[in-house]
Amino acid sequence: MTVPPGLSYTAEHEWVALDGATATVGITDHAQRALGDVVYVSMPAAGTTVTAGEPCGEVESTKSVSDIYSPVDGEVTEINAEIDDDPGLVNADPYGAGWLFRVRLADGADQLPPGMLTPAEYAELTKDTE
Amino acid sequence: MTDPESAQPRHTPLTAVHERLGATLTDFAGWLMPLRYGSELAEHRAVRASAGLFDLSHMGEITVTGPDAAGALDYALVGDLSALAPGRARYTMICAPDGGVLDDLIVYRLSGTEFLVVANAANTAVVHAALLERAGGRAARVADETADYALIAIQGPHAAGILAPLTSAGLDGVRYYAGQPAEVAGRAVLLARTGYTGEDGFELFARPDEAERLWAALTEAGSGAGLVPAGLAARDTLRLEAGMPLYGNELGPDVTPFDAGLGRVVKFGKPGDFVGRSALAERARAAPRRALAGLAGQSRRVPRHGHQVLWDGRACGTVTSGAPSPTLGVPIAMAYIDPEVAREADGGDGQGRLAVDVRGSAEPAILVPLPFYRRPA
Repeated sequence: MTVPPGLSYTAEHEWVALDGATATVGITDHAQRALGDVVYVSMPAAGTTVTAGEPCGEVESTKSVSDIYSPVDGEVTEINAEIDDDPGLVNADPYGAGWLFRVRLADGADQLPPGMLTPAEYAELTKDTE
Repeated sequence: MTDPESAQPRHTPLTAVHERLGATLTDFAGWLMPLRYGSELAEHRAVRASAGLFDLSHMGEITVTGPDAAGALDYALVGDLSALAPGRARYTMICAPDGGVLDDLIVYRLSGTEFLVVANAANTAVVHAALLERAGGRAARVADETADYALIAIQGPHAAGILAPLTSAGLDGVRYYAGQPAEVAGRAVLLARTGYTGEDGFELFARPDEAERLWAALTEAGSGAGLVPAGLAARDTLRLEAGMPLYGNELGPDVTPFDAGLGRVVKFGKPGDFVGRSALAERARAAPRRALAGLAGQSRRVPRHGHQVLWDGRACGTVTSGAPSPTLGVPIAMAYIDPEVAREADGGDGQGRLAVDVRGSAEPAILVPLPFYRRPA
């Protein structure tokens, strides 16, 4: 399982990359392994307001479905349109081509909310299940 | 307090092989089983296009032997096992006195006086106990020999071609639902042409201490033919596409064979009484309470076990199994629905009226005939 440095993580197995005031969100390698082959991802449309900790989409795999929780407050600016044609990108490259959506942080924030996990903390959280 | 031993899932003779292959292992019916080795979609597609290798050693093997073994099974099960020829197998069920299904089974007749009953892992103890009780007073011995068997399946259009060079058995002579002693890769096995994938294929009942070598020999023989190890995730989508029921989903103690559309397995014409006969005869006469239907989803959200089926927005049934179909590319599901709705929807009237409540939103579906997938002739 990989947990790249330079990203922030949630206990719900999302990763977040912050660039200025825009957060890019995806699911972790651990999450995609646990789900199995992803066949469909439903995501909030661009323009949707999302709230940290609230479900804003879902990932369907052959065996199960799980909610995507927004890690941040803000407005969705872009979704990864490639995922619709090729949901397997989430399995093949969860931290790269398999990113899910981008959010402009609410209230002009340029920092992630407190409580996000560092790579070391996230690795610790998931190590027993490997 | 629970026995701490029982909290640990049992290993099959092939668990170490799965670990070496990097499988994702899961506790299934008290056994540590491979869920997938890599991509379950790739495993599914390999079985449809070439071949897959499965460890099914969790399945229960119960032997029934003795001069009255056939009579004991005729009484204990709904099928006509005394009519089964040695070397042949039959799909059948064991029912409670009220007609509810205790398990679905494959029974192999090894000789005039020897039968091998293959039960689902979760039901092996129940089936063993019921057979012991129902064979009481007869000249038949019932024994749970699950620990004495490894079960390996090779399934897919290339299965016979991969197996043929490893055995002196003429595979053309092994018909569907036949099973005979054979040597495969120098190991004595019971070689059966049965499976749970909708493809041609074989199941090999082997000695546990020979399972690893047998697995290795099959893997090597299939390496140029697209054979891959396949886990329980692929097995489930394969059997669903093939419209095959799964105990705990389509079958259970509150379901009769008639509810499941499998009334043909109940042989009222056989000699003597059998457990469940009067209740089942009543069910056979009565109008069906529900119909097992095939649904194809019209959106990408997937109906799953337990979701409600809707007709004009009103609940009319429950999904028993659902998954995105790798072969068809759409969500598919089996569901028990109101027979009246099944009739109406079947008449082409279902468009726009049939749906599944997928976590709060009504996703449109249509009724489709089972099985969803039939292998090319």
